[in-house]
Order: sequence, then structure tokens, then C-alpha cells
Amino acid sequence: MSGAELQGDRTDAAVLSAIRSGDEKGMAALYDRYSAVVYSVALRVLGDTGAAEDVLQEVFMQLWRNPGLFDSSRGSLGPWLAVIARHRAIDGLRKRRPETDIADVVVSVEPDMAGDAERARAMEKVRGTLGSMPSPQRQALEMAYFEGLSHSEISAKTGEPLGTIKTRIRSGLLALRKAFAT
Amino acid sequence: MSVHEQFAEDLALQALGTLEGEERVALEKHLEGCAGCRRELEQLRGDMALMALSAAGPVPPRRARQRLMEAVAREPKRAAVPARRGWWTLVPWVAAAALAVGFVAVWVENSELQRRIAGLQRQSVLQQAELLLDRSVVSTLTASDALRVTLVAAKTPPQPQGKAIYVRDRSSLIFLASNLQALPAQKAYELWLIPTSGAPIPAGVFKPDPHGSATVINPPLPPGVQAKAFAITVEPEGGSAAPTLPIVMFGAGE
Repeated sequence: MSGAELQGDRTDAAVLSAIRSGDEKGMAALYDRYSAVVYSVALRVLGDTGAAEDVLQEVFMQLWRNPGLFDSSRGSLGPWLAVIARHRAIDGLRKRRPETDIADVVVSVEPDMAGDAERARAMEKVRGTLGSMPSPQRQALEMAYFEGLSHSEISAKTGEPLGTIKTRIRSGLLALRKAFAT
Repeated sequence: MSVHEQFAEDLALQALGTLEGEERVALEKHLEGCAGCRRELEQLRGDMALMALSAAGPVPPRRARQRLMEAVAREPKRAAVPARRGWWTLVPWVAAAALAVGFVAVWVENSELQRRIAGLQRQSVLQQAELLLDRSVVSTLTASDALRVTLVAAKTPPQPQGKAIYVRDRSSLIFLASNLQALPAQKAYELWLIPTSGAPIPAGVFKPDPHGSATVINPPLPPGVQAKAFAITVEPEGGSAAPTLPIVMFGAGE
């Protein structure tokens, strides 16, 4: 069975179950499903294809070595991988050791990112939501998310008050949530 | 359950991993006892995951898939897990057998047999400990992600030599040395992990045997430290919190 067939036929839970039993085809299917999400966020953060590939490798190898790191009762796999990839990329960007224990990361989100069509629709919606935000708000959110800057660092860069930056970041995230709630 | 308003903005920063200092400490303490805020943090992480989609577009090169699958194939097979589990499943049987024999021994009041059982149990415990240690050592020595470092003396021949094998994810370190010079009484060698940032971290105090050989296995280390080098200094027998110069051996990661 090819990875593509697996991708079409099997749920994330089934693919994870295959990985837990040491099935390398399960790993290939998981990679085919989520590598673009993991790679693209790492590339956007790091701006370097080699470093992004390293993050991609690290994230998937961690899951292969220890599939129990992801608890399916506590969220969806795709968003979880996206969050882990972003954390690892930021750690790489700031040249610090990993600060987040990935077993502790719980992600609650809709929609599921397992299907190509769902991902494409979600991508369009996210870009639309970001595009409709006031520029300073989008900028604060992107600096925090893709550059891993603290609110103090963003405040120093933009000259805006700390409280304003905090509010912009939170309301930016809530705007994304709202876009998917309707 | 609602979110406590005073923490609402900090929760967003915590989800992003950018909350620092006292604010972070205060929030983490609050989260321990507030299910509503924990739930909000999970949702904010979900919102954050959506941000990843705004970067979507680039796809990894074909070689990345090949690299991953090759690395997966190189990993120890998961089929090995049942084998290890099988070993453990023998432990209750061994214990049950020992207990049964012990019962018979008591019943017949054969004190000699009791002593033998006690000996067997001690031996079993020792073997279990040895097996665990062996497995840990082999796992570290064969790990594909192990950092292998060769340390050599700065100057004089014949050269003392040390080999440090370090797996950051497991904070596992094995150090093997040979040709070490004997030390005065009340002095010992101390191994140091030199992180990519920050002060050297003590990684074990040791004395060479009469042949100049020494081993340090899995000293206590803080988790996840990225090592750039290892070094050895001579310290008081009890070890030091910071290295005393000069450094007698040193090696950086390959």
C-alpha cells in the first residue's frame, strides 16, 4: 500500500496505531499528510531550507521514537504537529535548548487538518482573517508567532506600549478562533 | 468555567511561549489550580496552530522524505519492544517460583534451602540491575543521534585519551578514558559538560584505576542541555561546582 492510499483511507488514529506497532508505511503516510504543514511553518520561522528540513526531521523522528507523546484524546494531530514544529523552529532561531516539553502540549482546535481540502479551506480562511486585521495587529501577531519575540521585544521594536502589544496579540488569536467558529 | 480576566492576555503569550519572568511564574502557578484557564490555554494553542496555515505553501524537497524514512529504518525495530517486554514478563514468574520454593523451604524447615533462595533472589536483583544498565549503555552507544566526542591531552605523550558519548534528548552520557595519570590523594578528575551557552556543568568525579582507565556512566545532568564540548580538570575528591584551571583534557563535538 502506498503512502497516498494510506492517506486517503486511514484516519490519523489508524496511522498512529500503525506507527505504534512499528509500521514504517504508517510513518510514510503521516509524513505525506503533514510534512508540508511542519516544513512550511519551520521555513517561515527560520528562513533557511536546510534548517527547516532539520526541524521536519526532528519532529517526525520524535513521534516515531515515541508515538505516545501525542495523546489523541487531548487534541488533533495536525495542529499539534504545527505547534511543536513552530516551538522547535523558534528554539532553533533563538539558539536555545528546547523550552517546551512536547508531552505537555495540548492543542484544542477545529478544523481537522488531515485532508488536503480541509487544509486548503482553512488556509484560505486564516489568510483572509489575517488580511482583514489592522496592520499593527497583524504585525504584532506575526512577530510573536514567526519570530518568537516577547511582548517586551515587540514593544521595543515598534515603540508601542506593552499593554497594547499584549492586547493586539490576544485579540488577533481570538479573531482567528472566531473565523472558524462561524 | 471562565477565564480569569487578569490572566487573559498572559495566556495568549504563554501559548506562544513568549511569556517571561515573574508574569510567567505567576501564570503557571495560577494554571495549576484553574481548569478554566488551562482550557483557554489549550484553545489559544489551537488558535496559534491556525497561524501555521498562513505560512503554508512550500513543500519539503523529496530528499527530506527519503532522509526521514532512512532514519526510521535505522532506528532499532519496534519488534524489539516485545522482546524486552518478554524479559520483564519473566520477572513475576521468577519471583513466583522463588516464593513457591521459599514456601516449601519454610514448610520443611530447611534453613539451608532458605539461604539459597535468598542468594538467588539477591542474584536476580543484581542481574536485573545489570541488564537495565547494559541496555541503557548499549542504547546510548548505538543511538544514531549520539554526540561522539574524542578528548585528547593538550600536550605530553604518551597521551591520555577520553571518549565521551552524549545523547542530549536523554541526558545520557558515557565517558571512557585511558592512560590517565595517577593523582595525589584527595584529588580526583572531574568531567565537565560545556554547554553551547552558560557555565560548565559537572558531569562526574572519577579516579583512574591502576592502569589509568576510568569510566563515567550517566552522571546526573540537567535535561536537554546542548553540549559543544567536554573537558576534564583536577579537583578535590568531592568535586567542585566550577572547574579549577588548568583544563587537562578537552574535546569539542565532531
